[in-house]
Amino acid sequence: MKDLIKNINKLFDHRIRLGIMSALMVNDTLDFNTLKDLLDVTDGNLASHIKALERAEYIKIRKSFIGKKTNTKYNATHLGTLEFKKHLAALERIINNKP
Amino acid sequence: MNEKDYLKDISEIKDIMNRSTRFISLSGLSGILAGTYALLGAFIAYKLLEDVNYNFDYSTEILKTNYTILGSLKNSLIGLALIVAFLSAITGYVLTKKKAKKNNENIWTPASRQLISSFAIPMITGGVFIFLLIERGIYGIAAPAALIFYGLALINASKYTLSQVRFLGVLEILLGLLALVFFGNGLLFWILGFGILHIIYGALMYFKIERN
Repeated sequence: MKDLIKNINKLFDHRIRLGIMSALMVNDTLDFNTLKDLLDVTDGNLASHIKALERAEYIKIRKSFIGKKTNTKYNATHLGTLEFKKHLAALERIINNKP
Repeated sequence: MNEKDYLKDISEIKDIMNRSTRFISLSGLSGILAGTYALLGAFIAYKLLEDVNYNFDYSTEILKTNYTILGSLKNSLIGLALIVAFLSAITGYVLTKKKAKKNNENIWTPASRQLISSFAIPMITGGVFIFLLIERGIYGIAAPAALIFYGLALINASKYTLSQVRFLGVLEILLGLLALVFFGNGLLFWILGFGILHIIYGALMYFKIERN
């Protein structure tokens, strides 16, 4: 069992961070408000989890301007995509490995 | 964390991937209404054609590509089709907005934008194509082409909404091709594709999804 848990990524062991990554797996980019609506979380909560993922370099933040308003978009990095796939595979192995 | 939590994680991943790429609040009721408008439109078109003492058995006439329908009749038929399309779009928008509100789904999301653009591209292409054909006096292909382009638009858009839309698209294309096989029965296939099929599809969706 220990061997099975080895590939579980601690960073993805949280509903919101898992949600952010899942959404960014199937969308090229998403903006803050879309993520907020999708995951049904508060601004501050989402921002802190985004920061955690960014620090690990799993996601990248891109800022652009629409007129005078800033538009912040996020996308998954190559590393993030790889780590997420590893995590998914680990989840599957645990579930398929019923005692 | 036990196995049950991991299972929950996986279903959550699936759910978010689905919700972030698919806009699912399309209203079945709007399908029923769009079908009804199409039937009313077809009935008015039939009357207009009858009024100008037009022999409705037009299977032979229509084969002449330079067949000249009276200018005003042509314009009223095009206008009629546009009104039906416009009414359907407005109804769809209003009912979808209502349903999205009920589902607590935002109506303007990346998924819904993708849905609209992937539907609009084949549809506008088809619209221009048909308009240019009609301008050149080729009327017989209008109804089959409308069904085929509409079916392609539905299939293209189905990636971003309920997967059943794809099936409706396939049926529309089949009807469009059949309309070419049984050439000269454009109005009949128009009624089947835009009227009857929409009503059946809308009713199925309404009873399957919206009533529970």
